[in-house]
Amino acid sequence: MNARAPKFTSGQLLRLKALERPVVDFVLDGQPAQALAGDTVLTAVATQARQLRVNEFSGQPRAGFCLMGACQDCWVALADGRRLRACQTPIEAGMHVLTRPAEEDRG
Amino acid sequence: MTLFPARQRRPEADLPPVIVGAGPAGVRAAETLVAHGLAPVVIDEAPRAGGQIYRRPPEGLARGAQELYGTEAGRAQAVHAAFDALQGRIDHHPDTLVWNAQPDLLDVLHAPSRTLGSLPWRDLIVATGATDRVLPFPGWTLPGVYTLGGAQVALKAQGCAIGDAVVLAGTGPLLYLVAYQYVRAGARVAAVLDTSPALARWKAAPGMLAQPAVAAKGLHLVAWLHWRGIPMHHGVRLLRVEGAQAVERLAWRDSGGHERRTACTAVGIGHALRPETQLADLLGCEFGFSALQRCHVPRVDAARRSSVAGVYLAGDGAGILGADAAEASGELAAWSLLEDRGLAANPQRTAQLRRRLARIERFRHALETAFPFPQDWAAQAPADLVVCRCEDVTAGTLRETAARTGARELNRLKALCRVGMGRCQGRMCGAAAAEILADAQGVPLAQVGRLRAQAPIKPLPLDARVAQGGDE
Repeated sequence: MNARAPKFTSGQLLRLKALERPVVDFVLDGQPAQALAGDTVLTAVATQARQLRVNEFSGQPRAGFCLMGACQDCWVALADGRRLRACQTPIEAGMHVLTRPAEEDRG
Repeated sequence: MTLFPARQRRPEADLPPVIVGAGPAGVRAAETLVAHGLAPVVIDEAPRAGGQIYRRPPEGLARGAQELYGTEAGRAQAVHAAFDALQGRIDHHPDTLVWNAQPDLLDVLHAPSRTLGSLPWRDLIVATGATDRVLPFPGWTLPGVYTLGGAQVALKAQGCAIGDAVVLAGTGPLLYLVAYQYVRAGARVAAVLDTSPALARWKAAPGMLAQPAVAAKGLHLVAWLHWRGIPMHHGVRLLRVEGAQAVERLAWRDSGGHERRTACTAVGIGHALRPETQLADLLGCEFGFSALQRCHVPRVDAARRSSVAGVYLAGDGAGILGADAAEASGELAAWSLLEDRGLAANPQRTAQLRRRLARIERFRHALETAFPFPQDWAAQAPADLVVCRCEDVTAGTLRETAARTGARELNRLKALCRVGMGRCQGRMCGAAAAEILADAQGVPLAQVGRLRAQAPIKPLPLDARVAQGGDE
């Protein structure tokens, strides 16, 4: 069962290996998007965007840093209100990830 | 044994030993305990054992060991095989974060189910590993800048390069290992920028003989990169990451003093590693300052006992010695636990492990000579450099606060200007903040202290719920 290859335009991360995986449909900032099974939320977003979140103090974009759950710079909100560390959470079908602050971020 | 609801306890006598961390140290500790009839609880934040250096990709991203781990493939496979052989004989809790440590209870979060629980303990081996040590430079918070360890995780665990044109910068053996892994995987490495002077490696050569195989591997990596024509520079000063919304260029000064710019879309940075000591801190372990590592580490005796009875410390989480040392210290910690329980002793083996660790320690000194910490980093950090990326606190603010208040201790500085007060609890900024404070006040680094850990050691989701039921 396979992959129509997802379209990756202006992403940060570049896929090099293990490209033949089932596609996972999710939603990114209100738009339909595709990831591959086994992607973390961070990978799913950052392979097609260069922003994961906005820092609440500087107002500047962030796209993760340590990728191992230490820096805490990859917390993203889902549309259902859940917040998670994107680098340690697998992407799930139907997840609606928000990378821009919809409302005041209370950290 | 299931996770208990918070605050429930069991009688002490039948408590199995608990191991926190399933990297090389935790795995060898578990293996040793199981070999002597114990059934340890192994709690690991990751879904699969291996830690960071031998991190296993999720199912479905599996690739050959040679491809994933390169020169470390043999060791990685051995560690994975050792852990796999323990299935059914340990109580393994993956995807589980220990967020607090009390004298008789560990508080845990099972991330996928967002469930909180508590685990009583009597003997504990803490093997919590390390992260990159970060020395910030202007623009380091831009999207596209990652740690060297992060660059490695992206490739190993997710099959991705951090960008389509990557600059790797900083110093340490990891710089060259990541470059090698990236080029082999087909990534474009635009440059490898080492802040250490070219001669440093030659000065270190005699000391490297403490571990000739490791040193030879390093030389092989560098030679291979040369052969592939990867631009490599020494004696570099990193000036600035530039870009409107994300990385576009890296500005740097070469060893001749000329300013250069390298176009890129990602930068991997790191200057060696720093230990994850939060649990040891919460457990009340005594710490001491390591001049070599330029940080405070929990005290351990030669047999890996901490200052707290029943708490043993293994692997990089107790001080950076590398993956091979982690395997040895993991096993050694388990032997100490067995001895203290009166279950087994093997003086010959433990002496052998201690000798191995001593040899590795000598080698670490040589590594520091080859890849020295840039001593002038703090003094030359510009005032507008963001040091604390969580709270957006600049070097200028740190210096101004120190000057105005006379603060000479890191926790005080944190209370006054918020450095280290953010979600990462100073993991990313603690080393840099300490260097700047010591430099600003003209005191030795040891004297400014260390950021004290606080529970939860990582943020917990607000909707986490307490586990119901459990054994009565």
